[in-house]
Amino acid sequence: MTVWADALIQGILLGGLYALFAAGLSLIFGIMRLVNLAHGDLIILAAFVILTIAAWLGLDPFAATLAALPIMFIVGFALQQLLLNRTLGRELLPPLLVTFGLSIIIENGLLELFSADSRRLHGGSIETASLALSPDVAMGVVPLLTLASAVAVIVALNVVFYRTALGRAFRATSDDLEIAQLMGIDHPRIFSFAMALAFVVLTIAALYLGMHANFDPTAGPERLLYAFEAVIVGGLGSFWGTLCGGIIIGVAQTTGAQLNPEWQILAGHIAFLAVLVLKPRGLFPRATD
Amino acid sequence: MALLETRGLTAFYGDFQALYGIDTVLEAGETVAIIGANGAGKSTYLKSIAGLIRGPAESVLFAGAPIGASTAAEIMKRGIALVPEGRRLFPSLTAEENLLIGRYGRDAPGPWSLERIYALFPPLKARRNSASMTLSGGEQQMVAIGRALISNPRLLLCDEISLGLAPIVVRALYAALPQIKAAGTSVILVEQDIVQAIKVSDRIYCFQEGRLSLSGRPSELSREQIHLAYFGT
Amino acid sequence: MINAEPTPTATKSGYRIETPTPESQAASVVALPFVVLLAVLPSFAARDLVEELIFVFYMVALAQCWNLLAGYAGLVSVGQQAFVGLGGYLLFALTIMAGIDPLAAIVLTGAVAAALALPTAVIVFRLRGAYFAIGTWVVAEVYRLIFAQFKQLGGGTGTSLGPDITNTVAGIEWIKSVLDVRTPAARDIVSYWAALALALGAILLVYVILRSRLGLALGAIRDAEDAAESAGVDNWRVKLTVYVIVAAATGMIGALIYLQKARISPDAAFSVLDWTAYVIVIVVIGGIGTIEGPILGTAIFYLLQRYLASFGAWYLILLGALAIAVMLYAPKGLWGYLAERYGLILFPTRRRLVIGGER
Repeated sequence: MTVWADALIQGILLGGLYALFAAGLSLIFGIMRLVNLAHGDLIILAAFVILTIAAWLGLDPFAATLAALPIMFIVGFALQQLLLNRTLGRELLPPLLVTFGLSIIIENGLLELFSADSRRLHGGSIETASLALSPDVAMGVVPLLTLASAVAVIVALNVVFYRTALGRAFRATSDDLEIAQLMGIDHPRIFSFAMALAFVVLTIAALYLGMHANFDPTAGPERLLYAFEAVIVGGLGSFWGTLCGGIIIGVAQTTGAQLNPEWQILAGHIAFLAVLVLKPRGLFPRATD
Repeated sequence: MALLETRGLTAFYGDFQALYGIDTVLEAGETVAIIGANGAGKSTYLKSIAGLIRGPAESVLFAGAPIGASTAAEIMKRGIALVPEGRRLFPSLTAEENLLIGRYGRDAPGPWSLERIYALFPPLKARRNSASMTLSGGEQQMVAIGRALISNPRLLLCDEISLGLAPIVVRALYAALPQIKAAGTSVILVEQDIVQAIKVSDRIYCFQEGRLSLSGRPSELSREQIHLAYFGT
Repeated sequence: MINAEPTPTATKSGYRIETPTPESQAASVVALPFVVLLAVLPSFAARDLVEELIFVFYMVALAQCWNLLAGYAGLVSVGQQAFVGLGGYLLFALTIMAGIDPLAAIVLTGAVAAALALPTAVIVFRLRGAYFAIGTWVVAEVYRLIFAQFKQLGGGTGTSLGPDITNTVAGIEWIKSVLDVRTPAARDIVSYWAALALALGAILLVYVILRSRLGLALGAIRDAEDAAESAGVDNWRVKLTVYVIVAAATGMIGALIYLQKARISPDAAFSVLDWTAYVIVIVVIGGIGTIEGPILGTAIFYLLQRYLASFGAWYLILLGALAIAVMLYAPKGLWGYLAERYGLILFPTRRRLVIGGER
């Protein structure tokens, strides 16, 4: 019995990590209907940036991430402004294929710079710290922090979206691009801000990814898939939905792993496909879409 | 200097020509009505001024500045606000948020604050936090007008605000226009309801199949002249 | 334009639909001898060339399939590797476990792939546009993970086809006697002809589909999806048909690929890079939405691969950058640019309305 309770708890905590992966993707889908096939690779890129800063400046991962945030913000802004804004329009293929090409470039660029070796972000003693819920069930401090960060990020995103003028502009642009222009909204700039914001979120995700497991330049696509699954399961247009989606995928994975360690990833995918069949719009879709 | 001038304004939708060299003038403080049958080019005219359709810079002059080639966002910042055809409120925003977004690009000083707009359109105050799509047609039109006014534009463009609304609602909307005019905003109204248009405007232009067929003051024009200009036969 | 009186020629000779162009008629004259040349090539060409051409043929076939799906049906799949791997594993299963002749197994694979494509499509069609794309990737991953569970087929590390199977493919003995070659060369030649058949078959399949009623429906969907629906086209069914046909073809190609390689593993068989990334690069550079494009694209890709692949990661970075550049500056690809510039059409599929005797 406690084995399953443990699987559930670990799954929820893992879900926090997946929700972090997904939050950035959800933000970008929501505002500019852009599906960024390079999203997972960008998380890995961020992880390597954190790793490099930590090594150069002799910082722990958390401090290194803080230093990485403004850099990634600027990189995200530039990427959207200079490249991705040019792919947006009515056609389906350009953003898909350009981000796919970007994915290949990032993966192989990282391979050239860092080799295929597995890396890890070392947090020191915090890595093995844990809180005991009961004699048999313990929660790692890092996974708890991950979940807490995911919740914090989602609360922050909701505040931005629903309590600020910028958020109003995001929602208006996503609703009706033409009329948003009439409000004086410069949508290329808005999109660039949104992407910059998404880069900040994915950098935070990268911190916890790096502390949770090993990563290497080819680890991107798998993260993209988990992020995507969390967004679809949760329902497009809702950040809390994305958190739920992440948790569902996480729990599915840990439950599957409990049955057979080789089935972990497959269990997550099957859960996604099941939700897709039963509730195609996800669990908490936005009313208008 | 006129507040707005169009010179030889043309517009195309692909290969289809919607406007054939329109010359119009608007002085500051005036309310001008544009009448004409469906498809005459009235909406196209407003969209060209608002920047949703772009052409040669000199084809539209605002306070002397050539804006014909500017983007909609740039034009909005100069003080031209469009109430688009069909209202086009943002579904993800509440009524009040729709009003507030109107001044995202331009927060200019002037008479039109949130409170003043609620004073102009009292029904909105009670519905301020409702999702915009749950409002009635008339209420949505009020929000659309308020959204344009809140940026304190020098020129307000209204595209068929009476469309799809009951006469009693239309009368209430048009009752607001004199107040808008009194506050100093110039207005160009596109209207199919000729009676309402004539009542509130200083001058009218009539469009027919993309060309100007008539212009003048309502008091100087006869019914026959208007009929001829409108229908062409 | 509606005139007051009817044009005299219209009432006399009516109208007809024409598709051939001068260039296509010229091309069809050249095509047959060229194909014959390709067919007899193994009798005089070096083994290296034969092997390289096998690669070219199956890439052309895969590219035509992906192009039909994405360029014509608007179904941008990033998961076709699911059917390549499926085909490969089915070939191994049918030959190793059921003792079926490999060439027959290739054909059977097409049928099984089509059967599996149906439920796959029903699930994946719940997503649209770019979400559909990632959905297909998820499905491919599911296929990979499932096949990695089959210990009989080597599990996660894979397995090989023994000489008992590879040396007994139908036709090997005949080739050995007629062309006077040894068994390994004969194996390659059988694969060569199978690959050539699949490449020609894929090109022909796409051409025939586009000339058919299905093709008309596809054109309508491509131009204006909602309008097509209201004109009576059952969009869902059309897309499903194309998806299943492409799955069958891709499965057969996968079966051939792994017959020739004689060694399979889940990571290789379901590789996104080999069976999707390269294919997409080929179609994008060559020209999406045309039949000529994938052929041209494969030729370019072959040259790039041959001379630059040794640069490893830098080569892939170049490919990615090339795909991005083409998408931004020449979205119709090289063939699209040439066709527009010089008005070339070799595989005419557009139907022109010709009234009376005018053009």
